Amino acid sequence: MSVLEKAWALAPQVSVRSEPFGALLYHFGTRRLSFLKDRRLLAVVEGLGEAPTARQACLAAGVEPGELRAYERALARLAETDMVRERAG
Amino acid sequence: MSAVPLVEHFAHGLDAPICLTWELTYACNLACRHCLSSSGRRDPAELSTAEAKAVIDELERMQVFYVNIGGGEPTIRPDFWELVDHATAHHVGVKFSTNGVRITPDVAASLAASARGYGGVPQSGYVDVQISLDGATAEVNDAVRGTGSFATAVQAMENLAAAGFVGFKLSVVCTRHNLPQVEAFKAMADRYGAQLRLTRLRPSGRGADVWDELHPTAAQQRELYDWLLAHGEGVLTGDSFFHLAGYGESLPGLNLCGAGRVVCLIDPVGDVYACPFAIHDAFRAGNVRGPGGFAAVWRESELFRSLRGPQSGGACAACSAYDACRGGCMAAKFFTGLPLDGPDPECVMGHGERQLAKVEPGSAPRPSLDHSRGVPITLQRRRPERACDEHPLTAAAMVSG
Repeated sequence: MSVLEKAWALAPQVSVRSEPFGALLYHFGTRRLSFLKDRRLLAVVEGLGEAPTARQACLAAGVEPGELRAYERALARLAETDMVRERAG
Repeated sequence: MSAVPLVEHFAHGLDAPICLTWELTYACNLACRHCLSSSGRRDPAELSTAEAKAVIDELERMQVFYVNIGGGEPTIRPDFWELVDHATAHHVGVKFSTNGVRITPDVAASLAASARGYGGVPQSGYVDVQISLDGATAEVNDAVRGTGSFATAVQAMENLAAAGFVGFKLSVVCTRHNLPQVEAFKAMADRYGAQLRLTRLRPSGRGADVWDELHPTAAQQRELYDWLLAHGEGVLTGDSFFHLAGYGESLPGLNLCGAGRVVCLIDPVGDVYACPFAIHDAFRAGNVRGPGGFAAVWRESELFRSLRGPQSGGACAACSAYDACRGGCMAAKFFTGLPLDGPDPECVMGHGERQLAKVEPGSAPRPSLDHSRGVPITLQRRRPERACDEHPLTAAAMVSG
């Protein structure tokens, strides 16, 4: 199943700080820093925990269907580094 | 998504630092020859416990993710553990550097217990320990850090390993004398379940006095670059070798000078400087005791605003490596007497060396502050006139009991 069809949430030890260009994510467990390069991706990440799927979080944040692939890749990268975790939908 | 490279956003400054260095005290039981903060004696105007806690509260509000605590020797402040606990309870991670003097078996056990978490609940605050060691043998280390300092650091690492504290950092400032030992440092870190951290020697503080003698040769610098590339993220560098990006491929990290843009320094008396290697009036942005506290300094200081503005590449702008190294380290240039818009003294193209040859001896700026002890430490028989004249370990022991 694609990243977009699963339910996700921010990992519990991750702190999000918004910045003019997007946001910084810091994982207090892995001490890793990540960057969200635009404000819509920040809105997606913030909406993940409430949305039934990542696709719906994206659409709710105003992502156009044609842009979904880019957001899917960004979310996959955040999942790899444990910034977001799959949750039971 | 945004077409502007992220590094450009960082160069223009963030709303708050990602992390900052906080030297908690200028007091130190050692007198390392290359000390970048010229530490030794406690400054009587040091921030009080309440003032330090207020700074931590402010860092929490600004969402500064972690602080690199140093000194001096931070653990000899009597309220050191109280401040560490305050930071971790307020979602500010702590990485502290120590020569190991206070890392007893008890302290190691308590650090290990808190690293395991409380009842399995993930913490959004943590404590990382960095043991400073500048030689893989007592001979090389003690020549720089003082007699007995190798044994102290090794004992601290033994204690941490025995207590089950996994992943502490073995932190080495790279010099001409210890770079031939880089594999031995790696083996030592591996043996203790620690992670090796290599950082760059800066001509800051007393480092200016030993720079010519200790900074790596051009050949060593090249070897180090290749070694770091081969080890990738397994060896930490605190982003300190970004000037080596001029060789070609960048090392892991942000690869930019973060001074006043993504990092800064708070010194023991609350002065805020652009970076830990720039304790000089020219780089002082303000004081946390001023109106508006640290946030006002970070957001409004003239100095920081100018650092976030367009920078001139100067003599470097025409160089093919400029986009990679960005002219190197501001503090390294300043304290060796080089212009800030020219090459780093350790420029990989050799431009810095040629420039250095033109600097008149003795003309480089000196540090504005010096807390060095003028004489070697000896046990005092008479009562000191002020608390800060006494050997700092004794003073701390009296208060913490």
